[in-house]
Amino acid sequence: MGVTIAFWILAVAAILGALGVVLLRNVFRAALSLVLCFLAVAGLYVTLSADFLAAVQILVYVGAIAVLIILAIMLTRDVQRGSPGNRLQLPAFIVAALFLAIVAFAIFQTSWQLAELPPPAPTTSDLAFRLLGDGGFILPLEIAPVLLLAAIIGAIVLVREK
Amino acid sequence: MSIALEHYLILATVLFSIGLYGALAKRSAIVILMSIELMLNAVNIAMIAFSRYIVPLMLTGQVFAIFIIVVAAAEAAVGLAITMAIYRRRETIDTTEINLMKW
Repeated sequence: MGVTIAFWILAVAAILGALGVVLLRNVFRAALSLVLCFLAVAGLYVTLSADFLAAVQILVYVGAIAVLIILAIMLTRDVQRGSPGNRLQLPAFIVAALFLAIVAFAIFQTSWQLAELPPPAPTTSDLAFRLLGDGGFILPLEIAPVLLLAAIIGAIVLVREK
Repeated sequence: MSIALEHYLILATVLFSIGLYGALAKRSAIVILMSIELMLNAVNIAMIAFSRYIVPLMLTGQVFAIFIIVVAAAEAAVGLAITMAIYRRRETIDTTEINLMKW
């Protein structure tokens, strides 16, 4: 019962935050609305009993990416121009609505093969075993830091003063 | 009424559609990047919902979500750095005016 109430509150908060990103005219307020959406999504992870990912969501998205976006907004001084739409607003709306309708139709038509087992209560140790244990994801886990390092160096090279 | 897999999938689809609209219809490059982050978050919700309801003991969806978060962080850093570099050269981040590579 508590999970049901939490889901609906968090779902409404996430959708309102997402709509704020798209609809608010002030870019800075849109970024704050994005933070609200990220926090609601972290709460949704908790309702899905993904505790480790909820913490990662708050650390990476709310802590790092949101700060990065707000910093970029401040440094580009583009806030006063607002967040105008381009000429493709109506086609984009139609494409998004069509996508929503088609995927919702597919979701309701599929008969999902649900498992009745409860998930493991703290997921952290099971996740570590899945990532690092036998037959796990050790190679992708080693490639991910290389990607992050390349991204860091790329970002530094791109914004460096010539 | 308890919450089923469909609720999470529909929520993820709604968030993805909002992000898709923002990515297609906005002019500011930063707002487009924010919309892309929204779409990645929506995919994460779907991944974790699948992991929770279909293979609760395997946690494969959560492992995928971790890699999506890694790639999203790299994408945000490089994307915002490119935006800053373009702003420094051209004094604008309006994507309708950045048409250097447009054929």
